[in-house]
Amino acid sequence: MAELYEGFTLCGLAAGQSRENSGILGIEPGRDADHVIVTGAGSTVTVYKVSDQKPLGSWAAKQGQAVTCPAVLHGQTGEYVAVHDRNVLRIWRDEDINFEKVFKATLSAAVSRIHALPSSEPLVLFQRGAVRQLDALLAAPQQAVEEVLSEEEVIRWSSCFLEAEQPLLLFSTEKSGECFLYLQKLNPDVLHKYNIGSEGKGVCPIGFTATLENKCITLLCLYSSGCVYKLLVSLHPSAEGEQHLPKSLLLKLPVSEGVLHRAAIASLEEGHIAIVGAPHSASTGDTDFLCIWNTNFQTLQASKKLAGGTYGQLWCNAGKLYVTHGKVLTVLPYRCEKSSLAAALGKLKQTSTQEVTSSPSVLNWNSFPHEEAALEQKTGMRTRNSKWNLKIQATLATSINQVLEDIKGVSREEVEEVLEPFLSCSPVSPQFQLGLADIAVELLKRCQADPGFYPQSVLARLTQTGRLSHSSCPGFLMLVLEKRDYFLAQLCLQHFPDIPEAVTCACLKAFLSVADADLVRVSVDLEGVSLMDGPGQSLEGVQNGFSPVLLEEDSCDVQLTSPKLDQSSSWTDVSLTCPVGLKKSALLNEIIQSSYSESFLLPHLKDLSAQQIILFLQYLQYLYVRSSGDVYTQLPGLRAPTITQITDWISLLLDAHFAVLVMAPEAKGLLAQLHRFVRSQVRLYSELGKIQGTLQELSKIKQAQEIGLYSIEVIELL
Amino acid sequence: MMGEFKVHRVRFFDYMPSGIRCMAFNRKADRLALARLNGSVEIFNFSNNYFQEKVIPGSDSRSIEAICWVGCDRLFTAGLNREVVEYDLERLCPKYTLDAFGGPIWTAACNSAETHFAFGCEDGSVKLFEILPDKIQFERNLDRQKGRILSLSWHKSGTLIAAGSLDVIRVFDVKSGHSVQRILVDRGPAGTRNKDCVVWNVAFLSDYTIVSGDSAGKVQLWDANKGTLIKTHLVSKWDVLSLSVSENEDSIVAGTSEGTVIQFQLLSPTIGDAETQWIRTRTFKHHTHDVRAVTETKTSVVSGGLDTQLVICPLMDKVEVKSSESVLRKVIFPHRSLVSCAKKPSLLLFQFPDQLELWRLGGTDTVGKPGESLPVTRKPEKLLQLKRKGDDHICCSTISECGHWIAYSTVSSIRLYQIQCDNNNISISKVSKLPKVLRSAHQLQFSADSSKLFVASEQATIHVISLSRSECKHVHTFKPKSGSSAPVHLLAASADGQWLTSANRHCEINVYNLKKLKHHCMVPVYNSLPSAMAIHPETNNLLMAHADQQVFEFSIVDKQYTDWSRKLQKEGLHRCRSKWHTPITHITFNPSAPSQVMLHDTHMFCIIDQSLPLVDLKAQFYSRLTPKDMSETDRPSKNNAFKMCKKYQPLLHVNLLEDDWLVVVERPLIDIHSQLPAPVRQKKFGT
Repeated sequence: MAELYEGFTLCGLAAGQSRENSGILGIEPGRDADHVIVTGAGSTVTVYKVSDQKPLGSWAAKQGQAVTCPAVLHGQTGEYVAVHDRNVLRIWRDEDINFEKVFKATLSAAVSRIHALPSSEPLVLFQRGAVRQLDALLAAPQQAVEEVLSEEEVIRWSSCFLEAEQPLLLFSTEKSGECFLYLQKLNPDVLHKYNIGSEGKGVCPIGFTATLENKCITLLCLYSSGCVYKLLVSLHPSAEGEQHLPKSLLLKLPVSEGVLHRAAIASLEEGHIAIVGAPHSASTGDTDFLCIWNTNFQTLQASKKLAGGTYGQLWCNAGKLYVTHGKVLTVLPYRCEKSSLAAALGKLKQTSTQEVTSSPSVLNWNSFPHEEAALEQKTGMRTRNSKWNLKIQATLATSINQVLEDIKGVSREEVEEVLEPFLSCSPVSPQFQLGLADIAVELLKRCQADPGFYPQSVLARLTQTGRLSHSSCPGFLMLVLEKRDYFLAQLCLQHFPDIPEAVTCACLKAFLSVADADLVRVSVDLEGVSLMDGPGQSLEGVQNGFSPVLLEEDSCDVQLTSPKLDQSSSWTDVSLTCPVGLKKSALLNEIIQSSYSESFLLPHLKDLSAQQIILFLQYLQYLYVRSSGDVYTQLPGLRAPTITQITDWISLLLDAHFAVLVMAPEAKGLLAQLHRFVRSQVRLYSELGKIQGTLQELSKIKQAQEIGLYSIEVIELL
Repeated sequence: MMGEFKVHRVRFFDYMPSGIRCMAFNRKADRLALARLNGSVEIFNFSNNYFQEKVIPGSDSRSIEAICWVGCDRLFTAGLNREVVEYDLERLCPKYTLDAFGGPIWTAACNSAETHFAFGCEDGSVKLFEILPDKIQFERNLDRQKGRILSLSWHKSGTLIAAGSLDVIRVFDVKSGHSVQRILVDRGPAGTRNKDCVVWNVAFLSDYTIVSGDSAGKVQLWDANKGTLIKTHLVSKWDVLSLSVSENEDSIVAGTSEGTVIQFQLLSPTIGDAETQWIRTRTFKHHTHDVRAVTETKTSVVSGGLDTQLVICPLMDKVEVKSSESVLRKVIFPHRSLVSCAKKPSLLLFQFPDQLELWRLGGTDTVGKPGESLPVTRKPEKLLQLKRKGDDHICCSTISECGHWIAYSTVSSIRLYQIQCDNNNISISKVSKLPKVLRSAHQLQFSADSSKLFVASEQATIHVISLSRSECKHVHTFKPKSGSSAPVHLLAASADGQWLTSANRHCEINVYNLKKLKHHCMVPVYNSLPSAMAIHPETNNLLMAHADQQVFEFSIVDKQYTDWSRKLQKEGLHRCRSKWHTPITHITFNPSAPSQVMLHDTHMFCIIDQSLPLVDLKAQFYSRLTPKDMSETDRPSKNNAFKMCKKYQPLLHVNLLEDDWLVVVERPLIDIHSQLPAPVRQKKFGT
């Protein structure tokens, strides 16, 4: 489920913009996710801190000069790079105040765009198709630049990627209605040209967006007909020369009449795209919408009416969409979750009613998503409540973002400090839940990157909220295991509802192999074993005068004669000693109580060593004997495993390792004991079954009321 | 509203039956005679639905150890009081007693020709008595031996007698009187060796096999000629107390102290083999205490013991399927009412063998809905406890409707008491001068207006006594026209004082006109004994219930059965009741609604509304199975002539009082069991 949060205005558009031109040239990422560089609006370059909606610095070209390409940040040097008047390159820093006095280099050809790469030199794309790295260009600004494109061929769009430390640039051109795509690789310099092919008369691509994934660029192309095509551009094309790129239709927007003129597309994560300037419903044809579509299921996920008309400009940076409309540049945070059929169909369980009101897209089975959204937009029937909720969500979103921002790069103590108030005022909302997951993922990343960083208490707090799940922060439990943090591992096992069987098994393995001595200083929740005996403590199996002696199949009353004599051969003296320590048994109990699917668990169980299997089996047998000897089927303690769970695990272990156990000599006694005990249990239960019928009849008998020697009653004869 | 009653639930009648000591089954008469520990003798008619036909009240001086039939109608008992008694089965009292002069008599046996009795005495003698038509006469002693004789059995030939004593069985030659065989009986297992082995029973089979049952728990078979042991069956850890051989000598039953009855049968171990052996086949466990008496009829094993109940257990291989014989019967309570009730003053008179108790019922001042228990605001009160005089036990008693007269009788005397009850002061005065004609009574009954006492006496006569404060006068004596001398066991007088009916043990029901003091008519004789009867207060129709569960209504005025009676026979009331095998012991009418007839047996009471049609009696019975939540209009029971209640069990008495009050007298079995001595072996679950 994707959603658009309530947006906010970053800046106004400069006066003098027309209906067609917003005046904004481009928006480029700043030094971090919360900073953007906005170019345009009167030849100015402004750096904004987005969450504060505050400009941090602004530079303007002098009168008569015009910035012709969006300024970018040179990630390595921290300098801004911009071009004005097509071929004059300017480079400056934050502390530079006067734009006129900053570094200036005049190039030999007109520049189309400069693309910044986070860990590489910016690439300069010239209007005639040549590509240079900035440092190479600065070394000889006046160097000759070749012409790649033919006459009248104009660059419409460009984007750059970094693949295996190699920068590459993808740009599309148009020449008399025909569209081409160029893939420029540097070092070595290789250029590939593709023909996209046209879509018939008057239909041309008006928006592009590309993502690089698995050594393959996915280019999404929005045509003026409203169709979104997907083109796959291989980074290592086999053939030479111009190739025709096959395209597949991904989505057809309901464009009713005519063609789209000003529309833009941006690809978001997880199969979602954002489109601005295109209608989402054929019935209205209103183009002033920002919509998020799921391309996997062709469903509208979220839409937002943009006041004052759109300019067909859309940027996406760090989880926020930047869109110009009316007289403002609006920032809209969005969120895309991994799409599933359930989510696409509105069946995902977490979706709350709030989301229904905020993104009235696909939750109603009976109406088409477009219609419903449009209906709501038209009537404007939004309850006060939902508005208020939206506000809360917006502030929450910003606060989560803030928290995310704040915990970056700070020490463990500071992280705790930042998160404490956030966690203590935990509102119940899906946003909060997702925010928690974000925080957990963020912390996880830090932990993985920095081995010294491990904010255990914060992670524990996060886990204890009960809102985290394994799928929301995968790798969390594995990291915990890696850190040998058994306390947190137990918490995770208690609170994560969706631990995959592989991870469960890894936990089991870790728990089994840890020495009891290592657990001494680990604090473990012992609730599950609170009333159990400590290690080595043998238990006397007498309850209500019943000593659970083994029912040998051919001698029912053999025990009557000499119970003492065959004591040594009975299971009672061997197996009633807990084979593991108290803390270890607490951890193992968590495993036993975790949910799993047998068929998924079995293959992973096979990874356990024979020694571990035997130990675990011994422990399970101990539990089994313990719980069977008890009158109650559940062991004392609130979180103690039930007898069903225990027997299930015994069966699983035997299934997984039967051959091993049969071969292992040390398992022989264990198996024999287990067999004898199970056999006696089966006999016991079959006897109990017989009793059950009798007891049932007894319970039917009405309790005879106490009647004295004399009473007076009223009866009615029927 | 019909069908709603307030119930006095009475459990304070502390009736305690006496344990069964011995019994004898008369195959020719199909009657069982049993003697109880308190000296009373009862005769059950097996061919008449096992009805308790006659009761000879006990006596403190009598202790019965052995009971014997001679012919069809002569009954003898002998006991530890040294006496042999022959009973008069018409007057229901001892005919004569004689001392055997051998000390306490432990056992008695009659030879198969029924010419001689043998009595086993404490002094070790076996005394032979000749049976004469109207008496028995001492003939001689057999050789006296050491040790009391505890059991005797004649050989069929009449020439040999087996006698069981302590540790030994002897065989006597009757002619010479000498002991011809002395068989030593093993004592019990180690640890009990110093205790004598008491041979409680011997049975002499016609093939000269002696069967013995002893205190070591053994049933043993001996060869009487050789004096050798044939076979030992250890059947109990305690005593084998009773033994009985079937008529054709193919089955032996033995009763033990553990309450079990064990059957042995003469069978061939392999099919087709001519050789037969005594093989232990069945074990019955219907008793909790000593089985002191056991006998075998053609179709059943009959046993009785200290737990007071008579158990008739059918042998399923010998009964026809689904006949009334195929049901296990337990007779615990007498087939007659021991409770009489004065309706108006709400008094109950309880009859014990040695005393009478007069109780006033309690009361409440609240009303309630069906199913509720009401708070008892006035507790029941025991007004009187009247000990009998003399040794003889009380055989019948009654209280007048007004509650001012009480009468009871023993076999030797009748006593009449007048009771004055002013508020809380009770005064009782014995009526001293009773007419000479009153010597004993089989049944007593006051007239509805309490002005007359009817006394059923010897020779089936009924004396009418008029009562007043000053004197009691003998008015008249009715005699049955048939000349029957069978004892009268039921009396019923009409509410208007005109009619008196009596039923005797010959199934005759005579109707007498009290105004004209003459015999009015006799109800056609039905072949089953009447167990209860009553005259309707308005119509003067006589309602009779018989031992075979049939109910008839006879119009006294018209001298014929009524239409309702015929209808009832057609619809079959008995079908609803045939599940129970205890006879109806009481019939009465609802004073508030005389069309309602109430009758009860041990397990239920029912009210039949004679004003309602009997048409769908069967359907109504089945409809009782339909759920209760049917709407009022749908409920067929609303117009049900037959309403039954099984809530109170076992019932000793039920009566309808005024204003829709019912009194039920219950005697829970658990109360009886709690008064019994502890059984020798209590079965505990899981042991």
